[in-house]
Amino acid sequence: MNIFREVLWPLVAVLAAFVVGGLIVVLIGDNPFVVFYQLVGNSFGSLNDIGYTLFIATPLIFTGLAVAVAFRCGLLNIGAEGQLYVAAFVAAWVGIKFGGAVVDVFGKQEDWSWVSLPAVVLVPLCIIASVAAGAFWGAIPGYLKARFGSHEVINTIMLNFIGVALVSYFTQYYYKVAGDPIMQTVEIGPAARIPRISQFIPGMPDFVPLSVAFLLALLMCFLVYVFLWKTKWGYEMRAVGENASAAEYGGISVKKQIILAMTISGGLAGMVAIGEVLGYRYRYYDGFSDGWGFLGIAVALLGRNHPLGIIIAAIFFAVLKRGEIFVDIETRYVSKDLVVVLQAIIILFVASLQKYTRR
Amino acid sequence: MSELLTPTFILILIFSTIRTATPLIFAALGGLFSERSGVINIALEGLMLAGAFTAAVVTYELNDPYIGFLAGLLAGAALGFVYAVAVIKFEADQVVAGFAISFLMIGLPAVISARIYDSAGSTQQIAKEFLLPDFYNRINVASILAFLLVPVCWYVLYKTPFGLRLRAVGENPAAADAAGVSVIRLRYMAVIISGILAAAGGAYLSIGQSSLFTRAMTAGRGYIALAALILAKWKPVPVLFACLFFGFTEALSIQLQGVIKMPSGEDIPVQFIQMIPYLLTIIVLAGFIGLSRAPKALGIPYRKES
Repeated sequence: MNIFREVLWPLVAVLAAFVVGGLIVVLIGDNPFVVFYQLVGNSFGSLNDIGYTLFIATPLIFTGLAVAVAFRCGLLNIGAEGQLYVAAFVAAWVGIKFGGAVVDVFGKQEDWSWVSLPAVVLVPLCIIASVAAGAFWGAIPGYLKARFGSHEVINTIMLNFIGVALVSYFTQYYYKVAGDPIMQTVEIGPAARIPRISQFIPGMPDFVPLSVAFLLALLMCFLVYVFLWKTKWGYEMRAVGENASAAEYGGISVKKQIILAMTISGGLAGMVAIGEVLGYRYRYYDGFSDGWGFLGIAVALLGRNHPLGIIIAAIFFAVLKRGEIFVDIETRYVSKDLVVVLQAIIILFVASLQKYTRR
Repeated sequence: MSELLTPTFILILIFSTIRTATPLIFAALGGLFSERSGVINIALEGLMLAGAFTAAVVTYELNDPYIGFLAGLLAGAALGFVYAVAVIKFEADQVVAGFAISFLMIGLPAVISARIYDSAGSTQQIAKEFLLPDFYNRINVASILAFLLVPVCWYVLYKTPFGLRLRAVGENPAAADAAGVSVIRLRYMAVIISGILAAAGGAYLSIGQSSLFTRAMTAGRGYIALAALILAKWKPVPVLFACLFFGFTEALSIQLQGVIKMPSGEDIPVQFIQMIPYLLTIIVLAGFIGLSRAPKALGIPYRKES
């Protein structure tokens, strides 16, 4: 394995994207160096900045892993966005129903829960539920591909629309306080909350929403690595991704691997719910994802579909995401959507340079 | 239910179907050219957005929908060229690169409209008299163009040397190459045509059906057009019927809003109505894909043996 080559081409892609992005900035009438400084210069200056950057990196690691697992099996999961929405709602639902959630409805205290479980049971339950929900939403296009051969890209996109509409329906009609202008569920029970990192690090302000979900994300990187490269199932999955017909000939069930890969992929995407619902907002909030499911594609590609690369790529994109707001405020003409443009160009360049990496 | 089947309702439904099918027909015909030449076109969504945005801006600035429409087509051709370079010259994974193009068109219009109109969400509202006109207040001029394009595309694909070569390149590029056809050049042309047609669908959305561009306004229509193309087995006339079918479901879902009730007497929640076209796409795709055969060389980059 040539490490130099593994790192070189992603770097070339990023540089090229910044050149093209810089040209766009010039055309728009701003100074690209000022814009890029705002974009990357606000991420590591203080504990506060670092906390926020890693907080943004957390969902990106999960979705990056999700996309990478599917990629390794030769599938493009554009459905992480829908999977994480469904998972976040389910996590909130469990947190409400089993967490003894008491809701203030026009000054009257109502108990919306069935039971009130202690944290030690409730938190794992919420996590399992969110993973299961994401896995289920991912398994659907996997099954459709395996059974009917219908393309996972179209199906995952359709399921994104359906998933978002579905949870928005349940939120609006059943789990929102009547009259609340914001599309969000009521708060989960306090026992469902997971600890924030600021509790353990003196000097980090407690409003920084970085939670232990970040540590879980790192753990998942390790587990995905072990799964893909140290287990038989992972080997078979990669074999399908390398050459499906050869794998089939070698006695591997391609259909089983496709369903499995999409299920795992969906489950990983669903883990976004842990940091967002249990660690940050403490409720399901309509539109909470800043396109993380789609960004996961950029993260996975830039990270060469390897867990270690994904951590680095996720932090890189988190830096850009964090810089977004400063670009909006500090520059004259450029808006924060420049980051979306940069992401898209990076994906395009990584894909276009792929053939050189194989030589 | 019976009170729904009045002549007026049926007439409204027919016109509404023509409206909703129009962008799908343009985009699916675009996809047809690209995919029959062997290039997968997940980029349709982005190509549509390029057309929609450019047409809205130019029409607003110049107060002429026809120039705006043409400008939209040009933008589609340009973006189609970018996509073609990535997947033909650099042999990028067609699904990934196509997604990147679509994703780019979420961000780029927002950056530009934030600069020129101080609003990242949408462009300026175009006055009604400067939109693509409707005939008898019912059928848009772009819809007529879309329907006319179906026989034109059929003719080009099956009755011209260009069409013959295009199909040959998509089925067996090596044989086409041996017969003296430039595979690479033909694929470039096919993808650029694809960009132009998809952009026409997008332009219709922003300056025909609507009166401004809004972020990601295609709402998955590029992908639905792709599903229609598969359902139509990559053939132009069936493409028309597949698009009318998907258009019909969208029209029906719009017209039924607030009309039919749940057994409890309440309105059906809007979310379920919105889901119908997407759900149907999945079902149709699963039900029909086995019956349809893709062009043989679809998705495989061509490299001349040397």
